Amino acid sequence: MYAILGLVIGVALGVFLQPTLPPALEPYLPIAIVAALDAIFGGLRAYLEHRFSDKVFAVSFISNVLIAALIVWVGDQIGVGAQLSTAVVVVLGIRIFTNAAAVRRVLFHA
Amino acid sequence: MPETQQRNGRGGWLRPSRSQLLVAVILAICALVVTLQIRSSAGEQDYAGLRRTELVALLDDLTAESRRLETEIAELRNTQQQLLSGADRQRVALEEAERRRDELAILSGTAPTVGEGIQVVISDPNHAVTETLLLNAIEELRDAGAEVMEFNDQVRVVASTWIAADGDRFVMDGVTLNRPIVIEAIGQPHALTEALRYRGGLVSEIQDERIGGTVSITSSAEITITSVRDPETPRFAKPA
Repeated sequence: MYAILGLVIGVALGVFLQPTLPPALEPYLPIAIVAALDAIFGGLRAYLEHRFSDKVFAVSFISNVLIAALIVWVGDQIGVGAQLSTAVVVVLGIRIFTNAAAVRRVLFHA
Repeated sequence: MPETQQRNGRGGWLRPSRSQLLVAVILAICALVVTLQIRSSAGEQDYAGLRRTELVALLDDLTAESRRLETEIAELRNTQQQLLSGADRQRVALEEAERRRDELAILSGTAPTVGEGIQVVISDPNHAVTETLLLNAIEELRDAGAEVMEFNDQVRVVASTWIAADGDRFVMDGVTLNRPIVIEAIGQPHALTEALRYRGGLVSEIQDERIGGTVSITSSAEITITSVRDPETPRFAKPA
Protein backbone atom coordinates (compact mmCIF):
# COMPACT_ATOMS: atom_id res chain seq x y z
CA MET A 1 0.00 0.00 0.00
CA TYR A 2 2.71 2.43 1.02
CA ALA A 3 4.82 1.16 -1.85
CA ILE A 4 2.14 2.19 -4.33
CA LEU A 5 1.76 5.49 -2.52
CA GLY A 6 5.50 6.04 -2.89
CA LEU A 7 5.33 5.29 -6.60
CA VAL A 8 2.53 7.78 -7.07
CA ILE A 9 4.31 10.45 -5.05
CA GLY A 10 7.49 9.94 -7.06
CA VAL A 11 5.70 10.25 -10.39
CA ALA A 12 3.81 13.28 -9.15
CA LEU A 13 7.01 14.95 -7.99
CA GLY A 14 8.67 14.25 -11.30
CA VAL A 15 5.76 15.57 -13.31
CA PHE A 16 4.86 18.64 -11.28
CA LEU A 17 8.16 19.87 -9.92
CA GLN A 18 10.09 18.99 -13.05
CA PRO A 19 13.44 19.04 -11.35
CA THR A 20 16.49 19.16 -13.58
CA LEU A 21 19.44 16.91 -13.15
CA PRO A 22 22.97 18.21 -13.48
CA PRO A 23 23.99 17.47 -17.06
CA ALA A 24 27.06 15.60 -15.87
CA LEU A 25 24.80 12.94 -14.35
CA GLU A 26 22.50 12.65 -17.29
CA PRO A 27 24.31 9.88 -19.22
CA TYR A 28 24.24 7.63 -16.14
CA LEU A 29 20.54 7.98 -15.44
CA PRO A 30 19.31 5.23 -17.76
CA ILE A 31 21.85 2.80 -16.33
CA ALA A 32 20.86 3.78 -12.81
CA ILE A 33 17.23 3.14 -13.67
CA VAL A 34 17.99 -0.33 -14.96
CA ALA A 35 19.97 -1.05 -11.81
CA ALA A 36 17.08 0.21 -9.68
CA LEU A 37 14.66 -2.00 -11.58
CA ASP A 38 16.91 -4.96 -10.86
CA ALA A 39 16.93 -4.12 -7.17
CA ILE A 40 13.17 -3.72 -7.10
CA PHE A 41 12.57 -7.05 -8.81
CA GLY A 42 15.02 -8.67 -6.42
CA GLY A 43 13.11 -7.17 -3.50
CA LEU A 44 9.79 -8.35 -4.89
CA ARG A 45 11.15 -11.85 -5.31
CA ALA A 46 12.50 -11.87 -1.74
CA TYR A 47 9.18 -10.60 -0.43
CA LEU A 48 7.26 -13.34 -2.20
CA GLU A 49 9.74 -15.94 -0.95
CA HIS A 50 9.20 -14.59 2.60
CA ARG A 51 12.79 -13.59 3.08
CA PHE A 52 12.45 -9.88 2.47
CA SER A 53 14.70 -7.63 4.49
CA ASP A 54 14.34 -3.91 4.24
CA LYS A 55 18.02 -3.42 5.04
CA VAL A 56 19.11 -5.74 2.26
CA PHE A 57 16.67 -4.06 -0.12
CA ALA A 58 17.87 -0.57 0.65
CA VAL A 59 21.54 -1.51 0.50
CA SER A 60 21.14 -3.49 -2.70
CA PHE A 61 19.18 -0.68 -4.31
CA ILE A 62 21.73 1.96 -3.49
CA SER A 63 24.76 -0.16 -4.25
CA ASN A 64 23.24 -1.40 -7.51
CA VAL A 65 22.63 2.11 -8.70
CA LEU A 66 26.00 3.37 -7.58
CA ILE A 67 28.00 0.48 -8.97
CA ALA A 68 26.20 0.59 -12.31
CA ALA A 69 26.80 4.31 -12.61
CA LEU A 70 30.40 3.86 -11.47
CA ILE A 71 31.11 1.17 -14.05
CA VAL A 72 29.78 3.33 -16.82
CA TRP A 73 31.65 6.34 -15.52
CA VAL A 74 34.92 4.38 -15.44
CA GLY A 75 34.14 3.12 -18.91
CA ASP A 76 33.67 6.67 -20.08
CA GLN A 77 37.01 7.67 -18.60
CA ILE A 78 38.87 4.89 -20.40
CA GLY A 79 36.96 5.27 -23.65
CA VAL A 80 34.75 2.19 -23.60
CA GLY A 81 31.71 3.81 -22.00
CA ALA A 82 29.28 2.76 -24.69
CA GLN A 83 30.41 -0.88 -24.57
CA LEU A 84 30.44 -1.02 -20.79
CA SER A 85 26.99 0.47 -20.49
CA THR A 86 25.80 -2.15 -22.94
CA ALA A 87 27.44 -4.81 -20.78
CA VAL A 88 25.79 -3.46 -17.62
CA VAL A 89 22.41 -3.35 -19.29
CA VAL A 90 22.80 -6.91 -20.53
CA VAL A 91 23.83 -8.24 -17.15
CA LEU A 92 21.13 -6.36 -15.27
CA GLY A 93 18.60 -7.38 -17.89
CA ILE A 94 19.46 -11.02 -17.38
CA ARG A 95 19.10 -10.59 -13.61
CA ILE A 96 15.76 -8.86 -14.07
CA PHE A 97 14.53 -11.74 -16.16
CA THR A 98 15.74 -14.28 -13.59
CA ASN A 99 14.03 -12.42 -10.76
CA ALA A 100 10.87 -12.01 -12.82
CA ALA A 101 10.90 -15.74 -13.51
CA ALA A 102 11.19 -16.48 -9.78
CA VAL A 103 8.35 -14.06 -9.04
CA ARG A 104 6.23 -15.71 -11.68
CA ARG A 105 6.97 -19.15 -10.26
CA VAL A 106 5.83 -18.07 -6.79
CA LEU A 107 2.77 -16.16 -7.99
CA PHE A 108 1.43 -18.62 -10.53
CA HIS A 109 3.22 -21.80 -9.47
CA ALA A 110 4.35 -22.13 -13.04
CA MET B 1 6.89 -15.30 9.98
CA PRO B 2 4.10 -14.70 7.45
CA GLU B 3 1.64 -14.12 10.29
CA THR B 4 3.88 -11.52 11.87
CA GLN B 5 4.29 -9.74 8.64
CA GLN B 6 0.58 -9.79 8.03
CA ARG B 7 -0.16 -8.51 11.47
CA ASN B 8 2.45 -5.83 11.05
CA GLY B 9 1.07 -4.95 7.64
CA ARG B 10 -2.49 -4.77 8.86
CA GLY B 11 -1.64 -2.79 11.96
CA GLY B 12 0.51 -0.51 9.85
CA TRP B 13 -2.19 0.96 7.65
CA LEU B 14 -2.04 4.11 9.73
CA ARG B 15 1.42 3.79 11.23
CA PRO B 16 3.73 2.39 8.58
CA SER B 17 6.51 0.11 9.66
CA ARG B 18 10.08 1.02 8.96
CA SER B 19 10.39 -1.40 6.05
CA GLN B 20 7.21 -0.16 4.39
CA LEU B 21 8.42 3.38 4.66
CA LEU B 22 11.79 2.45 3.22
CA VAL B 23 10.25 0.63 0.28
CA ALA B 24 7.93 3.57 -0.32
CA VAL B 25 10.82 6.04 -0.30
CA ILE B 26 12.95 3.94 -2.62
CA LEU B 27 10.08 3.41 -5.01
CA ALA B 28 9.33 7.12 -4.89
CA ILE B 29 12.93 7.93 -5.81
CA CYS B 30 12.88 5.32 -8.53
CA ALA B 31 9.60 6.64 -9.95
CA LEU B 32 10.92 10.16 -9.83
CA VAL B 33 14.05 9.27 -11.72
CA VAL B 34 12.14 7.23 -14.31
CA THR B 35 9.74 10.11 -14.84
CA LEU B 36 12.64 12.49 -15.27
CA GLN B 37 14.32 10.23 -17.73
CA ILE B 38 11.17 9.67 -19.76
CA ARG B 39 10.56 13.39 -19.86
CA SER B 40 14.06 14.26 -20.91
CA SER B 41 14.19 11.60 -23.61
CA ALA B 42 10.73 12.60 -24.81
CA GLY B 43 12.01 16.14 -25.16
CA GLU B 44 13.91 17.29 -28.17
CA GLN B 45 17.27 17.09 -26.45
CA ASP B 46 18.06 13.77 -28.03
CA TYR B 47 21.76 14.50 -28.00
CA ALA B 48 21.99 15.82 -24.45
CA GLY B 49 22.37 12.36 -22.96
CA LEU B 50 24.99 11.16 -25.39
CA ARG B 51 28.61 10.60 -24.52
CA ARG B 52 31.42 12.51 -26.15
CA THR B 53 32.56 9.63 -28.36
CA GLU B 54 29.04 9.13 -29.62
CA LEU B 55 28.71 12.81 -30.35
CA VAL B 56 32.01 12.78 -32.20
CA ALA B 57 30.92 9.79 -34.25
CA LEU B 58 27.64 11.54 -34.96
CA LEU B 59 29.46 14.67 -36.02
CA ASP B 60 31.74 12.64 -38.27
CA ASP B 61 28.75 11.02 -39.90
CA LEU B 62 27.13 14.37 -40.47
CA THR B 63 30.30 15.87 -41.89
CA ALA B 64 30.80 12.98 -44.28
CA GLU B 65 27.17 13.17 -45.31
CA SER B 66 27.30 16.88 -45.92
CA ARG B 67 30.50 16.52 -47.91
CA ARG B 68 28.86 13.85 -50.03
CA LEU B 69 25.83 16.07 -50.56
CA GLU B 70 28.04 19.00 -51.45
CA THR B 71 29.76 16.93 -54.11
CA GLU B 72 26.37 15.96 -55.40
CA ILE B 73 25.28 19.58 -55.48
CA ALA B 74 28.38 20.54 -57.42
CA GLU B 75 27.77 17.75 -59.92
CA LEU B 76 24.17 18.73 -60.36
CA ARG B 77 25.14 22.38 -60.79
CA ASN B 78 27.58 21.34 -63.46
CA THR B 79 24.93 19.32 -65.25
CA GLN B 80 22.49 22.20 -64.99
CA GLN B 81 25.07 24.55 -66.43
CA GLN B 82 25.71 22.22 -69.31
CA LEU B 83 22.06 21.77 -70.02
CA LEU B 84 21.44 25.49 -69.82
CA SER B 85 24.27 26.39 -72.17
CA GLY B 86 23.16 23.61 -74.51
CA ALA B 87 19.64 24.98 -74.51
CA ASP B 88 21.05 28.46 -75.04
CA ARG B 89 23.09 27.41 -78.02
CA GLN B 90 20.12 25.64 -79.48
CA ARG B 91 17.93 28.69 -78.98
CA VAL B 92 20.47 30.96 -80.62
CA ALA B 93 20.82 28.59 -83.55
CA LEU B 94 17.07 28.43 -83.88
CA GLU B 95 16.75 32.21 -83.84
CA GLU B 96 19.49 32.52 -86.43
CA ALA B 97 17.80 29.93 -88.62
CA GLU B 98 14.47 31.70 -88.31
CA ARG B 99 16.05 35.01 -89.20
CA ARG B 100 17.70 33.50 -92.25
CA ARG B 101 14.48 31.79 -93.23
CA ASP B 102 12.64 35.12 -93.13
CA GLU B 103 15.36 36.80 -95.14
CA LEU B 104 15.34 34.05 -97.70
CA ALA B 105 11.56 34.06 -97.84
CA ILE B 106 11.67 37.75 -98.77
CA LEU B 107 14.50 37.27 -101.25
CA SER B 108 12.96 34.29 -102.99
CA GLY B 109 9.48 35.74 -102.84
CA THR B 110 7.82 32.93 -100.95
CA ALA B 111 6.28 35.17 -98.30
CA PRO B 112 4.05 38.24 -98.47
CA THR B 113 5.97 41.37 -97.54
CA VAL B 114 5.18 44.79 -96.17
CA GLY B 115 7.30 47.89 -95.75
CA GLU B 116 7.85 51.47 -96.90
CA GLY B 117 8.42 52.01 -100.57
CA ILE B 118 6.99 53.48 -103.74
CA GLN B 119 4.30 52.74 -106.26
CA VAL B 120 5.05 53.56 -109.88
CA VAL B 121 2.21 53.77 -112.38
CA ILE B 122 3.28 53.85 -116.03
CA SER B 123 0.52 54.78 -118.43
CA ASP B 124 1.48 54.14 -122.00
CA PRO B 125 -1.30 55.24 -124.34
CA ASN B 126 0.84 54.76 -127.47
CA HIS B 127 1.97 51.27 -126.48
CA ALA B 128 5.49 52.42 -127.06
CA VAL B 129 7.14 51.21 -123.85
CA THR B 130 9.55 48.36 -124.51
CA GLU B 131 10.51 45.45 -122.32
CA THR B 132 14.06 46.78 -122.25
CA LEU B 133 12.77 49.90 -120.59
CA LEU B 134 11.04 47.82 -117.93
CA LEU B 135 14.15 45.73 -117.42
CA ASN B 136 16.16 48.89 -117.02
CA ALA B 137 13.62 50.14 -114.50
CA ILE B 138 14.02 46.92 -112.50
CA GLU B 139 17.79 47.28 -112.60
CA GLU B 140 17.66 50.90 -111.50
CA LEU B 141 15.31 50.08 -108.63
CA ARG B 142 17.55 47.22 -107.53
CA ASP B 143 20.53 49.51 -107.76
CA ALA B 144 18.73 51.93 -105.47
CA GLY B 145 18.22 49.18 -102.93
CA ALA B 146 14.76 47.89 -103.71
CA GLU B 147 14.28 44.76 -101.66
CA VAL B 148 11.01 43.47 -103.04
CA MET B 149 9.30 44.32 -106.32
CA GLU B 150 5.98 43.42 -107.79
CA PHE B 151 4.35 44.11 -111.14
CA ASN B 152 0.64 44.77 -111.45
CA ASP B 153 -0.10 43.07 -108.11
CA GLN B 154 0.47 39.84 -110.01
CA VAL B 155 4.13 39.04 -110.49
CA ARG B 156 6.75 39.06 -107.80
CA VAL B 157 10.15 39.94 -109.14
CA VAL B 158 12.66 37.30 -108.10
CA ALA B 159 16.08 36.16 -109.26
CA SER B 160 14.70 34.14 -112.17
CA THR B 161 12.25 36.76 -113.35
CA TRP B 162 12.17 37.31 -117.11
CA ILE B 163 10.22 39.73 -119.21
CA ALA B 164 9.32 39.53 -122.89
CA ALA B 165 7.11 41.27 -125.38
CA ASP B 166 4.06 39.50 -126.73
CA GLY B 167 2.68 41.63 -129.52
CA ASP B 168 2.12 44.96 -127.90
CA ARG B 169 1.79 43.46 -124.42
CA PHE B 170 4.30 42.13 -121.97
CA VAL B 171 4.71 38.68 -120.55
CA MET B 172 6.48 38.40 -117.25
CA ASP B 173 7.28 34.97 -115.85
CA GLY B 174 4.48 33.61 -117.99
CA VAL B 175 1.90 36.16 -116.82
CA THR B 176 0.49 38.67 -119.25
CA LEU B 177 0.76 42.23 -117.97
CA ASN B 178 -2.01 44.65 -118.89
CA ARG B 179 -1.53 48.39 -119.13
CA PRO B 180 -1.11 50.48 -117.13
CA ILE B 181 1.96 48.87 -115.66
CA VAL B 182 2.11 49.27 -111.89
CA ILE B 183 5.40 48.62 -110.17
CA GLU B 184 5.48 48.39 -106.41
CA ALA B 185 8.89 48.38 -104.77
CA ILE B 186 9.86 48.17 -101.11
CA GLY B 187 12.94 50.12 -100.18
CA GLN B 188 14.01 53.58 -99.14
CA PRO B 189 11.32 55.70 -100.92
CA HIS B 190 13.50 58.71 -101.67
CA ALA B 191 16.33 56.65 -103.14
CA LEU B 192 13.89 54.64 -105.26
CA THR B 193 12.18 57.76 -106.54
CA GLU B 194 15.49 59.33 -107.45
CA ALA B 195 16.55 56.16 -109.23
CA LEU B 196 13.67 56.65 -111.64
CA ARG B 197 13.64 60.41 -111.90
CA TYR B 198 17.21 61.20 -112.82
CA ARG B 199 17.87 62.76 -116.17
CA GLY B 200 17.88 60.02 -118.79
CA GLY B 201 16.18 57.62 -116.42
CA LEU B 202 12.84 55.86 -116.68
CA VAL B 203 10.68 58.90 -116.15
CA SER B 204 12.41 61.09 -118.65
CA GLU B 205 12.53 58.28 -121.23
CA ILE B 206 8.83 57.52 -120.97
CA GLN B 207 7.76 61.12 -120.90
CA ASP B 208 9.93 61.74 -123.94
CA GLU B 209 7.80 62.57 -126.93
CA ARG B 210 8.92 59.38 -128.72
CA ILE B 211 6.97 57.38 -126.17
CA GLY B 212 4.59 59.97 -124.87
CA GLY B 213 3.63 58.16 -121.67
CA THR B 214 3.27 59.41 -118.14
CA VAL B 215 4.77 58.12 -114.94
CA SER B 216 3.38 58.84 -111.53
CA ILE B 217 5.39 57.89 -108.44
CA THR B 218 3.79 57.72 -104.97
CA SER B 219 5.77 57.13 -101.80
CA SER B 220 4.05 55.18 -99.09
CA ALA B 221 4.97 54.17 -95.61
CA GLU B 222 3.28 50.86 -96.14
CA ILE B 223 3.49 49.03 -99.41
CA THR B 224 1.98 45.56 -99.13
CA ILE B 225 3.11 42.94 -101.60
CA THR B 226 0.93 39.88 -101.50
CA SER B 227 1.86 37.91 -104.59
CA VAL B 228 4.17 35.04 -103.76
CA ARG B 229 6.23 32.59 -105.69
CA ASP B 230 6.45 28.84 -105.16
CA PRO B 231 10.09 27.96 -104.73
CA GLU B 232 11.28 25.82 -107.62
CA THR B 233 13.70 23.05 -107.02
CA PRO B 234 16.56 23.52 -109.41
CA ARG B 235 16.85 20.68 -111.84
CA PHE B 236 20.42 21.18 -112.91
CA ALA B 237 22.16 23.26 -110.34
CA LYS B 238 23.36 21.63 -107.15
CA PRO B 239 25.16 23.10 -104.19
CA ALA B 240 28.82 22.54 -104.82
